[in-house]
Amino acid sequence: MHELEIAVAILVATLRAATPLVLAGFGELIAERSGVLNLGVEGMMLMGASVGFIGTVATGSPIIGLLLAMLAGAALAMVFGVLTLSLMANQVATGLALTIFGVGFSALVGVKWIGIPLEGIATDIWPSLSSSSPIVQQLMLLDPIVWLAVLVPFLIHRFIYRTRAGLVLRAVGESHDVAHALGYSVLKIRYLAVAFGGAMSGLAGAYLSLAYTPMWSENMVAGRGWIALALVVFSTWKPAWLALGSLLFGFVTIAQFQAEALGLALSPHLLAMLPYLATIVVLVLISRDATRLKLNAPAALGRPFHATA
Amino acid sequence: MRYRLEARARPAQAMVWLSPVLAAALSVIGISVLFAVLGRNPVQALDVLFIQPLETLDGLAELALKATPLLLCAIGIAIGCRAEVWNIGAEGQFTVGAIAGGGVALTFGGHDYWWLQPAMLLAGIGGGMAWAAIPALLKTKFNAHEILTTLMLTYVAIQLLGYVVHGPWKDPEGYSFPQTKQFAPDAMLPMLIDETRLHIGAMFALASVPLAALLLGRSMMGFRIRTVGAAPAAARYAGFSRNTVVWVCLLLSGGLAGLAGIFEVAGPDGQLTPVISPGYGFAAIIVAFLGRLNPFGILFSSLLMALLYLGGEGLQVSMQLPIAVTGTIQGMLLFFLLAADVFINYRVRRVPARAARALTHA
Repeated sequence: MHELEIAVAILVATLRAATPLVLAGFGELIAERSGVLNLGVEGMMLMGASVGFIGTVATGSPIIGLLLAMLAGAALAMVFGVLTLSLMANQVATGLALTIFGVGFSALVGVKWIGIPLEGIATDIWPSLSSSSPIVQQLMLLDPIVWLAVLVPFLIHRFIYRTRAGLVLRAVGESHDVAHALGYSVLKIRYLAVAFGGAMSGLAGAYLSLAYTPMWSENMVAGRGWIALALVVFSTWKPAWLALGSLLFGFVTIAQFQAEALGLALSPHLLAMLPYLATIVVLVLISRDATRLKLNAPAALGRPFHATA
Repeated sequence: MRYRLEARARPAQAMVWLSPVLAAALSVIGISVLFAVLGRNPVQALDVLFIQPLETLDGLAELALKATPLLLCAIGIAIGCRAEVWNIGAEGQFTVGAIAGGGVALTFGGHDYWWLQPAMLLAGIGGGMAWAAIPALLKTKFNAHEILTTLMLTYVAIQLLGYVVHGPWKDPEGYSFPQTKQFAPDAMLPMLIDETRLHIGAMFALASVPLAALLLGRSMMGFRIRTVGAAPAAARYAGFSRNTVVWVCLLLSGGLAGLAGIFEVAGPDGQLTPVISPGYGFAAIIVAFLGRLNPFGILFSSLLMALLYLGGEGLQVSMQLPIAVTGTIQGMLLFFLLAADVFINYRVRRVPARAARALTHA
């Protein structure tokens, strides 16, 4: 019985830690599949985290908070879209600008909301949380956003490989000139893909401030946006691998807390390095085979499109 | 009537330098709007931000003090960017440089060794270089992208700093504050101007400008760096090793960032604390772009960015605005710059209504 409890606790904690990575990662996967590299995930997640938190505390409704967070992420992604798609600015530089701006602006917007306590979404929905058995208590920590994150990989896999819109998306990402010649509006499709990525990043950020932590503090995303970006490379742009990678990273993140709980005599600072070091290891493993990476990457990734006719 | 962008036959050189000016002007407008939204008088806020810091000798010294790490980090980043080597982790290299140099200061300080300060600076450079050598190795041996590896290592470096100041190097008499002992007086850098905090690091930063310009413009390595970035195929054909360029760029920028790190802790601070930089390593990316990846341009843009930091502190003190305003303005400035840069390669053409209709129907 005790082992079962521990297993359930680890599974639940892994899923919860993987959720922001899944949401932001799949948003970025769609953007990159359309040929746009948006390095601003971290900034969009931070905006989602602060706006989602403020929206929820101010209105008392987590649904409104989540919607506002998605809107904030998408709005920031649109700034990126205008610069890189319409004005053909460098995608790498613009993505970095988006992150720098997001870090600053989210801190500015959220400055009055630091340290305000909030009941997590799970406690909000299942008020009887404290009275049940330990296993049920653990399972109740899985709020609807976690369940959404469980569904997202299947939905996106279906969308990319089994729908016409997914086929068009891939075509634009592989060769925008051919897609344009076939009569598809490359820019429109890329704007939509980038906006979707932004909304998903916003949702991922709001999950952190509304359910995972739950509170708002400056820079609270702590590099998860960058880890999500690395996971997209790790997945070689394939949904199944992205889901697996996110779970793996969810597990690495909680290993930190497990070690602390087990009383391992390691400094929390050294343990906190784990997810970042794991990201580097994973990147090295996947990037070693340059040909494989090149074959799987969307061929038009990062290249601006300028219709001459 | 419609407008469309039309590719220029060749980049407009005038726009290369007009664009940062345009971006700065647009930012001033953006900042005014931001202050109005925050309910402050924009004119007064702009005065606090841009004018008041420059009115006293102390203010000017602080400006040079803040420009020092920005300039050193940005020069390195810019040299990398010329070769399309993206070192986003200057903040991490800065931190490790500060830890390494600080370690020397804490270990050997207080004995009046003549070699103490040179050893600290060398340790700072070495620490930054070592931290940058990891992404260089991973890039050249395993093809791992330096944007992600340098960035991940920044988070690791910040945790490393947290570890040393909370753990082995914590000051036992520091009332349980996470900080090291104060450096001994002989480990503190000499000041340039009395009664201010401006130290000799500023001279090193200033000297890095012509040296970097010489390296980029007048040396074979500089030519290789520029060719690998601008025309990779031509560089391959000429037999320039991309791997060598990656190593040179990352070691150089890592060393400069590490030097900036030890300057920061042995100059104004005098000890290691959990937070030693208000994001200089990240802001330096903006400085590098704003200065057009040109060392002399970067000298100006680092002063502008330093003014933003200084003015931001002023806004916090005199108008009770959060320090995050600085970061917002930095991001805004970079956005405007990237937008203005479009006009280097494109021009706006007005398309008459009839032609526009014909285009949409075609």
